[in-house]
Amino acid sequence: MTADILLQTLASGVLIGLIYALVAIGLTMIFGVMDIVNFAHGEFLMLGMYSSFWLFALYALDPMVTLPLTVLMLFAFGVLLYKLVIVRIINAPMLSQIFTTFGIMILLRGVAQFLWKPDFRSIENSAVSGSVKLLGIQLGKPQLVAGVGAIVVTGLIYFFLNKTRLGAALEATASDKEAARLMGIDSHKMFSLAWGIGAACAGAAGVLLATFFPIFPDVGANFILLAFVVVNLGGFGSVSGAFWAGILVGVIEVMGGLLLGPQYKTAIVLVLFLAVLMFRPQGLMGKA
Amino acid sequence: MKNYAFAVAALLVALAVPALTDASHLNMAILVLMAAQVGVAWNIVGGYAGQVSLGHAAFYGLGAYVSTLLLVKFGVNPWLGVLGGGLIAALLSLAFGWSCFRLKGHYFAMATIAVAELVQIFFTEWDYGGAAVGLYVPMDKQGWLWMNFATKPPYYWLALGLLLLTLAANWWIERSYLGYYFRAIKDEPDAARSVGINIARYKQIALSVSAFFTAIGGSLYAQKELYIDPNSVLSTALSIKMALVAILGGVGTLFGPVVGAAVLTSIEEFTRIFFGGTGRGTDVIIYAGLIIVIAVFYPTGIIGWLRSFRERRAARADASRQTAAHAEAQAAATTVTAVSHAAAAPSVKGEAA
Repeated sequence: MTADILLQTLASGVLIGLIYALVAIGLTMIFGVMDIVNFAHGEFLMLGMYSSFWLFALYALDPMVTLPLTVLMLFAFGVLLYKLVIVRIINAPMLSQIFTTFGIMILLRGVAQFLWKPDFRSIENSAVSGSVKLLGIQLGKPQLVAGVGAIVVTGLIYFFLNKTRLGAALEATASDKEAARLMGIDSHKMFSLAWGIGAACAGAAGVLLATFFPIFPDVGANFILLAFVVVNLGGFGSVSGAFWAGILVGVIEVMGGLLLGPQYKTAIVLVLFLAVLMFRPQGLMGKA
Repeated sequence: MKNYAFAVAALLVALAVPALTDASHLNMAILVLMAAQVGVAWNIVGGYAGQVSLGHAAFYGLGAYVSTLLLVKFGVNPWLGVLGGGLIAALLSLAFGWSCFRLKGHYFAMATIAVAELVQIFFTEWDYGGAAVGLYVPMDKQGWLWMNFATKPPYYWLALGLLLLTLAANWWIERSYLGYYFRAIKDEPDAARSVGINIARYKQIALSVSAFFTAIGGSLYAQKELYIDPNSVLSTALSIKMALVAILGGVGTLFGPVVGAAVLTSIEEFTRIFFGGTGRGTDVIIYAGLIIVIAVFYPTGIIGWLRSFRERRAARADASRQTAAHAEAQAAATTVTAVSHAAAAPSVKGEAA
């Protein structure tokens, strides 16, 4: 019985961890390419959730069907945000950068509240609902689909970065901006690409979450701190690091909640975060 | 000199405020003073020493909780409680500094958020400390002895006094060797280390002094509002606001946070009054839009903007003087003109920048 519960908890930790990983991959990409911490990252996720909610509520289109559309919209939004605002603070002091993305965070929350009211909403009876029994573990279908979806999106990002010329250019900009520029890579194009992909990843995570998580304007707050933790554990700028760290954080959070009570699950993750920051600032998987 | 005349004028206005306003406006003035005070306190470590803390609500909340718990559970006089809260916050700042100061830049900022979140979780779960329900400050003993009043004006004087005290501390720090060390740590950490400044120690001093004054601000908040809970005195939003006040006015300047608090609090209150009634977050949108505009276009804050404005005017005056000289030169010898023109142009540009 206890083993069952442990296994069950482990599985749900991995599944939610995959979502954390997806959110964090977008964040780490933006940071890796241009050294800016995006406090508004959770709000990209929120926009992704609302996009799938409205497409479902108004046109009865299932979130899984509209996923590509939402991802495209978020990509465009990320690029637009870069071109309108972020481009002006590339060389600004860190304080201005922090407060710009922080301002965007509050702005997007405010706009969401203005347009869609602060109510909690949810998507009922989407194509994926109910649960399945796998190897003796009861798993919610939405969570399972979300986990698989997160793996697929992460895989696509990984393929893009490692197997395409554009991805290589992005990686080159992340590792050495000046050298990449001298090789003829347009840094502005790479920066806007990073913001586009970053927003798209968070948006995808939002869509995957939307089938089993309440949708409301401040929902991003639940994810941003965890995403910071994941990005740190995985090493700033590392996509594969963020992937594994996301799973780890999901498992630790859920296991900690089981052992110490759910009210302390965030505390456990934060303590781990501080410990890693102090003793391995390059991240668990980063190189010294 | 002009700055001091301005400060004296501002002080005179501040002294006259309670006589000139009604209760609701006076309350807003108190909010401005309290926001200014924590902004000034934040500025010691965030501005002068350049260590951007986004977790100062931990100190604020600690001050509020310590003085209130001492009063509620042990009947300790709030004046002592305030001091106790400040000292305990300064003590906590040692752990805060120990865990965060080995980090730089973004890492430091994020670690401070995490520490403050942990403190918030602790107070949300701690039953003895009221947990999520919070604590009420009893009103059975009132008057100056118990720092508890039925009317607003005494709180105004308390807030003003505390602000002046915090400003005085900053003024002293700015002029003492501490101020030079802090600025050296901020601008040239490697050079500071190479001339033998113990960086870790002076960062810690900045943080502890800042924590002490921030906590006193928190205690005053508890005495004024008569109710505290983790959300009102320990939230990350509050930490951010403390930094924002300083940034808006001008980081690392003595009066920057005061200017920033006046502007930010007014904006907050007016947008709330004019747009907040809709319950749709219009006030939040305006507030956020302003933050973005300031962060993107005026990174040096209002004081920095005024200074650059003054410098631009001085540069223009310089330029017109040079044009006059240029005209004279032209009258003397036309051949020299081209040279003087070419020489004058870049120097004017340099001053404008």
